[in-house]
Amino acid sequence: MAPLLVLGLALCLSGTWAVDKGNFKTCEQSAFCKRQRALKPGESPYRALLETMELTNTRLTLQLINDNNKVRLLLELYRLQGNITRVKINELKPLKPRYEVPDVLIREPTTEPLSVLSQDENGVVLSLGVESQRVIISARPFRLDIMEGSDVLMSLNSRGLLAFEHLRMRKDTQADPEAEKKEEADPANQAETTKEEEEKVEDGMWEETFKSHTDSKPNGPSAVSLDFSLPGVEHVYGIPEHADTLRLKTTDNGDPYRLYNLDVFQYELYNPMALYGSVPVMVAHSAQRTTGIFWLNAAETWVDISSNTAGKTVFGKMLDYVQGSSETPQTDVRWISESGIIDIFIMLGPTPKDVFSQYASLTGTQSFPPLASLGYHQCRWNYNDQEDVKSVDAGFDEHDIPYDFIWLDIEHTDGKRYFTWDPHKFATPKEMLQGLMDKKRKMVAIVDPHIKVDGNYKIHNEIRSRGFYVKNKDGGDYEGWCWPGSASYPDFTRADMRAWWASMFAYDQYEGTMENLYTWNDMNEPSVFNGPEVTMHKDATHGAWEHRDIHNLYGLYVQMATAEGLIQRSGGVERPFVLTRAFFAGSQRLGAVWTGDNAAEWGHLKISIPMCLSMGLVGISFCGADIGGFFKSPSTELLVRWYQAGAYQPFYRAHAHVDTPRREPWLFGPENTALIREAVRQRYTLLPYWYQLFYRAHVTGEPVMRPLWVEYPQDLATFALEDEYLIGRDLLVHPVVEEGARGVTAYLPGKDEVWFDVHTFQKHNGAQNLYIPVTMSSIPVFQRGGSIIPRKLRVRRSSTCMEHDPYTLYVALNLQRTADGELYIDDGHTFNYEKKEFIYRKLTFANKVLSSVNLAPDAKFTTDSWIERIIVLGASKPSKVTLKTADGQEKQLEFDFDASMSVLTVRKPGMNAGADWTMTFQ
Amino acid sequence: WLLVCLLLKLFSAVEVQRPRGVPLSKRQFYEEGKPFTCLDGSRTIPFDRVNDDYCDCQDGSDEPGTAACPNGSFHCTNAGFRPTFIPSSRINDGICDCCDTTDEYNSGATCQNTCRELGRKERESLQKMAEIAKEGFLLKQQLIHEANRGLEDKKAKLGDVQGSKKDLEAKVEALRTVKEAAEQPEREAKERHLKAWEGKLSFKSISPSTVCNDVSVPELLSHSELDPDADGSFTEAEAQGLLGGVDKVDTAAFESIWSNVKEKYMSEVRHYTSFFFLINSKFHVKFILFNFGFGICFRNLEKEISFDFGPSSEFAYLYSQCYELTTSEYIYRLCPFNRVTQKPKFGGSETNLGSWGKWAGPEDSIYSVMKYEHGTGCWQGPSRSTTVKLTCGKETVVTSTSEPSRCEYLMEFTCPAICQEPPNLEISSHEHQEL
Repeated sequence: MAPLLVLGLALCLSGTWAVDKGNFKTCEQSAFCKRQRALKPGESPYRALLETMELTNTRLTLQLINDNNKVRLLLELYRLQGNITRVKINELKPLKPRYEVPDVLIREPTTEPLSVLSQDENGVVLSLGVESQRVIISARPFRLDIMEGSDVLMSLNSRGLLAFEHLRMRKDTQADPEAEKKEEADPANQAETTKEEEEKVEDGMWEETFKSHTDSKPNGPSAVSLDFSLPGVEHVYGIPEHADTLRLKTTDNGDPYRLYNLDVFQYELYNPMALYGSVPVMVAHSAQRTTGIFWLNAAETWVDISSNTAGKTVFGKMLDYVQGSSETPQTDVRWISESGIIDIFIMLGPTPKDVFSQYASLTGTQSFPPLASLGYHQCRWNYNDQEDVKSVDAGFDEHDIPYDFIWLDIEHTDGKRYFTWDPHKFATPKEMLQGLMDKKRKMVAIVDPHIKVDGNYKIHNEIRSRGFYVKNKDGGDYEGWCWPGSASYPDFTRADMRAWWASMFAYDQYEGTMENLYTWNDMNEPSVFNGPEVTMHKDATHGAWEHRDIHNLYGLYVQMATAEGLIQRSGGVERPFVLTRAFFAGSQRLGAVWTGDNAAEWGHLKISIPMCLSMGLVGISFCGADIGGFFKSPSTELLVRWYQAGAYQPFYRAHAHVDTPRREPWLFGPENTALIREAVRQRYTLLPYWYQLFYRAHVTGEPVMRPLWVEYPQDLATFALEDEYLIGRDLLVHPVVEEGARGVTAYLPGKDEVWFDVHTFQKHNGAQNLYIPVTMSSIPVFQRGGSIIPRKLRVRRSSTCMEHDPYTLYVALNLQRTADGELYIDDGHTFNYEKKEFIYRKLTFANKVLSSVNLAPDAKFTTDSWIERIIVLGASKPSKVTLKTADGQEKQLEFDFDASMSVLTVRKPGMNAGADWTMTFQ
Repeated sequence: WLLVCLLLKLFSAVEVQRPRGVPLSKRQFYEEGKPFTCLDGSRTIPFDRVNDDYCDCQDGSDEPGTAACPNGSFHCTNAGFRPTFIPSSRINDGICDCCDTTDEYNSGATCQNTCRELGRKERESLQKMAEIAKEGFLLKQQLIHEANRGLEDKKAKLGDVQGSKKDLEAKVEALRTVKEAAEQPEREAKERHLKAWEGKLSFKSISPSTVCNDVSVPELLSHSELDPDADGSFTEAEAQGLLGGVDKVDTAAFESIWSNVKEKYMSEVRHYTSFFFLINSKFHVKFILFNFGFGICFRNLEKEISFDFGPSSEFAYLYSQCYELTTSEYIYRLCPFNRVTQKPKFGGSETNLGSWGKWAGPEDSIYSVMKYEHGTGCWQGPSRSTTVKLTCGKETVVTSTSEPSRCEYLMEFTCPAICQEPPNLEISSHEHQEL
């Protein structure tokens, strides 16, 4: 059978270098999307039955009726803690239960009291409690408006696109298809058919065929749809994963953005096609307010975006302004899902950070990664054997390039049986892992969710005998083709299956593993080579539910079970590290995500920025793209630029396809090795900053890598920027992503800000476009005046080797000659921080005094690290610098002052990084 | 006494005080109590700032014994082994780098001093290598001698062949004339003539055996047009099949199996003997055979003489040889100056990993690497190629193979021909310098 697979893959591989769009559905080819999109804005057939309204303290329920078919829906409305409104719409009496997504919300959200402000026969006005916010429910037709003062913040069903395909018995149309055709063809019958409009059977309601695959659809049509209007909004973001611009485009002239986790071979840039992951969260931003919509539905989903200003030219907009005839800009959005219910969370901001914390209160925050996983990762499909691993590891030492993780792709297994090792190539894995551990380095091995159907494979036998596999529509174990040939797919939606899977990571189950081996979940969309759209049949079943209902959730569950396994094997002590390709809302709690199988092209380097920014906006901070590009072979220039850009993105891993030539960093001549070494070293010096930003992300849900508008929400010039971004609040990065670049133009925001080039310490004013000439060694990065950033300048061969090293504090003064920052330190790898074992300090420079005060007095942790140097940017020359430590001792410190750059360097103050101290510059 | 003196003298060297991490050769720059000037001359600092765990010098020279400077280096004396420099980032990182453990003086790492053991091992291995090199070099001299003799023979043979080729071509021409003359008369007359020729022509007089001894598998392999299944890989097994199951046959035997080869060979022979199609009978088989054998030998000789077998033809003995290595999955076969192949151990067809391309070592040792190119193509990738790294050894053997990148193979090959004259293996005195 193997040659057949090889042939199949080969055919696949020998295609052109672009996605085969024909393998994936357009909206037109997806029956429910086509049906729903055919509905045009107009008066909604839905009416609110106010007499059915029930209001408890925290919950309002109300029935809606569709006047065309008399089917009733139940609307539930909640006010949630933190300025969130939840609206749920389900059938009042569905024929059978409809799927409601579990395990994504971290808990049942805390509700807050609702009260009726006024009510008449046209509608109800409810108070949302804060800032004169109100919800107006209009009865005929049904619509819902959220107001603040006299401003409408958001309207639901204002365009009348609420649609709810109620579950129904199948009419026996199949039995007499001829009759139906006749009926449709006969104009005399038309009156009769329109009368029962909703009952009309359209193509694709009860069966749908795409390419050679037929979806049996035993439950018939079940789509849901709703429109949202956002007055005053011209910029919407989010709904990853798409290889598209940060600012979402209008979709009037093409397909909607699609959310359906798919293994897309050689994906194409700048289009709304679905990719490996889905987070159904959209963030809307204007200079006045930021809001968010979370559409909690795991079925195939399409999102249409239109705007009343999109088509207008700048001149047209000006004309409107001059003539005073301007209508308010408005963005209209419409969500369409194939099944489930409507369950939406309207996050009302008003600031970007409010939206992040609102969303985090629902689905959780970024998992706090082990510090080492923020270092550099060396991956390739494949490192062939232990000898290969050893020699690559030695190569890093020989060329003095730090790295923390080396990765093994699918070939390390015994015939693509995960949890095993190839007996010849990886005969003594523990020896290999020990070798890495001796150098304080780690490894990641891949574990995919497709399980080889093989009676001699323990994992397969156990899953089968426990009945843990996903079932096909006929009730047998679902089988598809993937890397191992014929494979089945564990039903990760089952908690008992996940618990069993987690137990497989125990050291005595997963033989040859040690604590420095971590895990990579690939192909978890799930990828099924011979399935419809390279994924699982929608009529496969997970217990009572169809795969259709849960599809976008599968990958999240795989990562959840795997991360749990890594936690359990250490007795709950160690933080896991699991990389996933597929993801959903909530995946941020489980580990890292990468942008899948990209290509060694400049365009792919460029798009890695908006792709990771988009994920960050919806909670997933730990994002990165394959350095160098997965498919094809990068030019040396592209590879170097990618290492430089990647050094300043959260997840920093080089990866390459098996068919590409080797590209370890030292294979391109000493000059390029030096450039790559420098980029990686810059990453390592900044690890303290990255780590504390991840701690912040873990606590607050704020993205680590963020668009400029998050920090400058009123600066319109930042709203569509995607060639630069901020790391935290204080570092602005504008990587070089153009071939042969001689310079880049970076926008430095903030008219009251100053920015310091981190390499030259040159000061630049904010609110300007700055042209920066670049050479091959340039990575334009700026530190914001007013910030303090800790670095460790003693770069060693892995982050773990740097654990006890001292810090250098970079204090960049703003125009007010002040600055502040933080310093977070813990053991770097356990959950002990949850037991308050960490150091968290506030660093402040004001009135010529720099001080460190404890932000967490109840926390306890000690560190060997000390402060070896303080560099003050934008400083004036002091006559003396005095350090006062907690014990009251004072000592004079030596310093250097570079008058030409206004840089003050304080020599070896020497205090412990966890201590209280003040430093006076007189 | 002399020995004792020497030892004392060496021992006193240890006593020379110098800051941690400074090699003896730079000792004079670090004078206790006197201001230290960074080795790049950029600034001068008090001596107590040398190795005080803060980097004052741009070039890192003030912190030879700490990890404070990002560009510093630390000198391990490694008494008993080789002194070495490590990047100062490896000082006190918890990993033992210097065999004398001096890099981990404050990290809590428990390092064992392994220098003596390493030194012993290194001396042993150097000794072993020297022995190998010595023997290998002797063998190489022999090879050179043999190669030169062989080359002369071949050149002479080529001369002969060229002579007889002319001779034979004349005969062919004569035959052609006769044949053409024979075509003039009536059909019956032609048949008579044909019979007459058959009688007249003695096959033996122009037999390939006069210019070339045998027809062998390697010869056939160079004629891919003879591949019986035309699948693009003409294997030895197939070649053997054509020769009736043996490696080589003499001309007479070849005659008998010619019918196997004939069909395939037609197309090529057509170029220079178009007329034989008109002629039936054994004679024509013999004629073809003559051409075939002659052609092969002639071309082979010419080709062999044209190869670069190294500065003294020391690699000539590898020509027409093959060397195999069996791994868990495959049998690899290196036929120097010809090609590299891979065959699954448990059945399956052979894959060409590249045909002889060129010597591809670095400029100073161009004969240390062989490159075989244009093997069977890879899906979406380049055609397979193999790099063969040659190292000195008494025996000629393939020691390992790997595929570092898809379809780019790496083979380690030892042979005496690459051995260099071994240097005098007295352990040089500088190794003792820092005892």
